[in-house]
Amino acid sequence: MTTTATPSRTVRRRRAVRRGSGLRLWTWLVIGWLLLPIAVMILFGFNDTSGKVNFTWQGFTLTWYEHLFAIPNLTDALLNSLGIGLVVAVVATLLGTPIGMALGRYRFRGRGSVDLLLFAAIAAPEIALGAALLSLFIILGVPRGYGTVVVAHVAFCIPYVAITVRARMAGYDPTLEEAARDLGAGPWTAFRLVTLPMLLPGVVSGALLCFALSVDDYVITSFNAGRTVTFPLWVYSAARTGVPPQVNVMGTLIFAAGLLVAGANVLLARRRAG
Amino acid sequence: MAPDTLAAPPPAHDTATTPPGPAISLVDVVKDYGGDRKGAANGAAVRGVDLDIGEGEFFSLLGPSGCGKTTTLRMIAGFEEPTGGRILLHGRDMVGVPPDQRDVNLVFQSYALFPHLSVADNVAFGLRRHRVPKGEIHDRVDRMLHTVELADKADRRPRQLSGGQQQRVALARALVNRPRALLLDEPLGALDLKLRQSMQLELKRIQREVGITFVYVTHDQAEALTMSDRIAVMNGGLVEQVGPPREVYERPATAFVAGFIGTSNVLSGRLADSGTGSGAEAGARTGVLDLGDGQQVVLPLPEGAAAGSPVEVTVRPEKITLGAAPPTGRVSRIRGTVEEVVYLGTSSSYAVRTATGTELTVFQPNDGTAALTPGRGDTVWLTWATAHSYPLAPAPAPAPAPGPDAPAPR
Repeated sequence: MTTTATPSRTVRRRRAVRRGSGLRLWTWLVIGWLLLPIAVMILFGFNDTSGKVNFTWQGFTLTWYEHLFAIPNLTDALLNSLGIGLVVAVVATLLGTPIGMALGRYRFRGRGSVDLLLFAAIAAPEIALGAALLSLFIILGVPRGYGTVVVAHVAFCIPYVAITVRARMAGYDPTLEEAARDLGAGPWTAFRLVTLPMLLPGVVSGALLCFALSVDDYVITSFNAGRTVTFPLWVYSAARTGVPPQVNVMGTLIFAAGLLVAGANVLLARRRAG
Repeated sequence: MAPDTLAAPPPAHDTATTPPGPAISLVDVVKDYGGDRKGAANGAAVRGVDLDIGEGEFFSLLGPSGCGKTTTLRMIAGFEEPTGGRILLHGRDMVGVPPDQRDVNLVFQSYALFPHLSVADNVAFGLRRHRVPKGEIHDRVDRMLHTVELADKADRRPRQLSGGQQQRVALARALVNRPRALLLDEPLGALDLKLRQSMQLELKRIQREVGITFVYVTHDQAEALTMSDRIAVMNGGLVEQVGPPREVYERPATAFVAGFIGTSNVLSGRLADSGTGSGAEAGARTGVLDLGDGQQVVLPLPEGAAAGSPVEVTVRPEKITLGAAPPTGRVSRIRGTVEEVVYLGTSSSYAVRTATGTELTVFQPNDGTAALTPGRGDTVWLTWATAHSYPLAPAPAPAPAPGPDAPAPR
């Protein structure tokens, strides 16, 4: 790079680097703070530990990847979580997307209240929500289990979808849809061929967020799961005796998958922007 | 709309079965946004517009922003429903018909190109919606891209193109459908002057080639004069005058039209008692505005004008000649002092303050034919032929609340 640049440009670049070095250090510190727990999680998935105690580094091994599904209860819990996460992501996205679109595009009576409600739902303490939902289910006589977990997760996920979709909608030029109508597309076709593709990155982000929040949730789930065990519930109960390294491996794999999908979504958004 | 109307060549065949009526008719069209819109005069954006736009005509709606021209266009396209009146496309009432079922296409001011589709897919969008066979879509898109000279950009995304190129994609995307009429909403507004001028000629060429009716909305009077077969000048939700560019420019019907199109000089006064008689033109009755002190304006007598009635007269700056001595005979003559001289290359512009206090603008060509080239502070006599005095119709009264049946002045 510097070999092709003229001398004066090289000097200027060096000076810019020096001036920005404090900021740079700060940035890396913050990034380090963010990544450290994840790094530890990944690292201890490779720890050659014996038995259940996984706190000190014993050496590198791939054995936990090999025996990922060696603990049947843990595997069931993971499958439960992934299944619930998928259902929640789909349902919450279907319900939240229209809210986000309406908020982003139209001005209507009650728009402010809907806005407030969404933030209230996000800000409400989870523990209170979980407890309240439990009493509601008991009053209604609904048996707790897989279904109630899904209902609870969908409820707290909808606002996240609505907010990501609304952000995307704000940058959307409504004349694009008019152009589609003008060129012979009916209302539904215009939405499918023009509006939806433009909103898709927002919709996908919302769905991913839902999936992550659902797979991750402990507090609300613990109130409403009945006898259903999810991944976080299992890990928490196991923590008393020691968390097996398989948990780290599963965490690593979920993290990697999330990273891949999020990366793909960014690429998609760039491509659509042209 | 049936796909075969789209695949059919431009409507020439239609005239065999139906008399060549107007392509688009607006009958007393009103659009009232109710309390929603602040500022619009009387609450209505369009206050009763009657227009007949001919087949294959390049028709412009010209007016300042907020005059209702874009609302009128959007009502023809189907994006706004009129609150009163009828819109006929080839004799068929379009009110209540959604935009996707009207055989017209709109070129948006912002172009509204689909950013996630390639140029070719943008252009093919309308044909695909009408289920035109694949091979034909390919051919027509290809030919259209050649017409707008973008064949080499077919695979690009809109954002990779320049403003002028995007504009041509928007045009191609609309024209490829062979609509019965093409509606254009200030399509050149976002381009710089040079590009705009070349696109004006380009648009005119394309319109001649495809023979489709163009309805063109603009606030740029020069653009409207350059391109149009006819112009409707709009103001405050009403059409003030409809006519060919030359007529609208040289014989403005109202003070607004005179002021909006080109520079104009307006003189007002009362018709003199002895002012009627036959002027230079055989048979034409003329009147005189006596401005006192030997000054007068001679004008063709407006219909039904009586002596003593107030009259406004307009005269275009390039029709006025400057002289050192008062001209004699029954011609317009006004004395004034030159306040400013601006050299414009091919011509010079003089600002002259008359004895009565009115400022008049005079253009004289710099080709050596000017009788007098005065400087600042010189006293000059202005004169012009009687035929170049145009009495103006009184401006349409800003009625307090015209109903949907308020008449549109012609």
